Amino acid sequence: MSNSLKGSLPKNSSTVIATARLIAAKDLRVELRSRVLLNQVLPFALIVMVMFAFALDSDAVLERVAPGLVWLATLFSVLVMVSRSFAVETADGALDQLRSAGVPAMGIFIGKMLALMVQLMVLVALLVGAAVVLYRASFSWEGGVLLVTTAIAATCGLAAVGTLYGGLAAGAKGRETLLPLLLLPVVAPVLIGATRATESAFGTNGIAISEGWPWLGLLAVFAVLFSVAGAVAFGPLLDD
Amino acid sequence: MNTSSSLDASPRDRVTGTPFTRGLGILVLVGMVLLIVLGLFVSPADVNQGESVRIMYAHVPGAWLAYLAFIVTAVSSAAYLWNRTRSLTWDRIAGASAEVGVLFMGISLITGSLWGRITWGTYWTWDARLTTTAFLFVTYIGYLAVRGLGGTHQQRARRSAVLALLAVLEIPLVHFSVELWNTLHQEASVAGRGTNVDMDGLMLFTLFLGVVVFTLMYVWLVLHRQRSLALDDMLDDSGLDNALTARRAEAERMTH
Repeated sequence: MSNSLKGSLPKNSSTVIATARLIAAKDLRVELRSRVLLNQVLPFALIVMVMFAFALDSDAVLERVAPGLVWLATLFSVLVMVSRSFAVETADGALDQLRSAGVPAMGIFIGKMLALMVQLMVLVALLVGAAVVLYRASFSWEGGVLLVTTAIAATCGLAAVGTLYGGLAAGAKGRETLLPLLLLPVVAPVLIGATRATESAFGTNGIAISEGWPWLGLLAVFAVLFSVAGAVAFGPLLDD
Repeated sequence: MNTSSSLDASPRDRVTGTPFTRGLGILVLVGMVLLIVLGLFVSPADVNQGESVRIMYAHVPGAWLAYLAFIVTAVSSAAYLWNRTRSLTWDRIAGASAEVGVLFMGISLITGSLWGRITWGTYWTWDARLTTTAFLFVTYIGYLAVRGLGGTHQQRARRSAVLALLAVLEIPLVHFSVELWNTLHQEASVAGRGTNVDMDGLMLFTLFLGVVVFTLMYVWLVLHRQRSLALDDMLDDSGLDNALTARRAEAERMTH
């Protein structure tokens, strides 16, 4: 069994890229037609932001912890989005079909990761907007540049880890409850790095913008490490 | 339950003990008694920490053992993925080692926080080592949950092997980021860690004995657990075989 699949491993990078593009486009098309992100995940993230305000019950505290809450709400939403991303693949045994059709696993990984990343960017943009409206966060033009860079690096890392662990639990019974346990400890560095960078972008507690850029190093290392690990490990993980 | 018919193993393979593990077990028992006597009664109280220093004789070996166990899990997971034979023995060693590791990491977290309460006045500090340990604990609880997901033995082995190797990637990153986070927050640094340097000779010996005894105990536990996991797998396989034989017999009865 595994020998016959060896032949389906990517021989050249162009098939991987073509596959990745197709899978990403497919996932985004599924989203455009089903509107699960728009109608379910984004409202969920917003209500989480409102609930944080109830729990903390103070404008001063909210303003101080706004960056952390943005990324915490992002992490909660990632769990839902990863589940959704792989529910689409396993519902009709689509993932098995892709594998038996000899589609390179690396391409599937990169495609799903890219689609997840695009959706996460939309989510983060909305949550930053919510922080501005609900938590009185504000940022300058320079802070905005830092914020966008942070969002790109952080969502890249989150999408890579999410896709990897989503694939790991895909098709198994009880994965909905297992995914948070697996995923949250791994993404702790993203929460730390993105929160600090966002703090300086918002100027929370008078932190300068220049202090935020070093945290991007952490986010970048995380994103690169888990993208590479995911691209390599996804094949053996799906290989049956 | 009649499983003997399809289990093509002799009864001797169905026990988890061997003369070696029995000898090892006796050695562990004797060592443990010695450790308790030395740790609780013979060794002196610490000048600064007082009697609470005795927690160290369980805490330090426990933490050491947990780290050793997780390293063994990672190495045997790599061995499973590396070898073309895809030997499930490596997978079972990884699983057994992780189970023992989680147990001892739990013990070392509990004893550590009790010691911290007495010495620092708090159960917990956001020290990088402490925080990473807590993350390790949760990560391997997740690892054990993945092992229990079901599917074929090879599926379980592959999933958990990849996960164990990912943990090797995750833990240094978590440690590094918590360290960065800490330097920003200027948390109280952990005092008392450096006091080990001018330790009393008997205390040092007791600690050393603890590490040795706990390591032997780890080997004993993993050997047994690995074999009982193998028996679990055999039972699983035989369950399917038995069901097949039963259905075949039924089909034969119907046709005659």
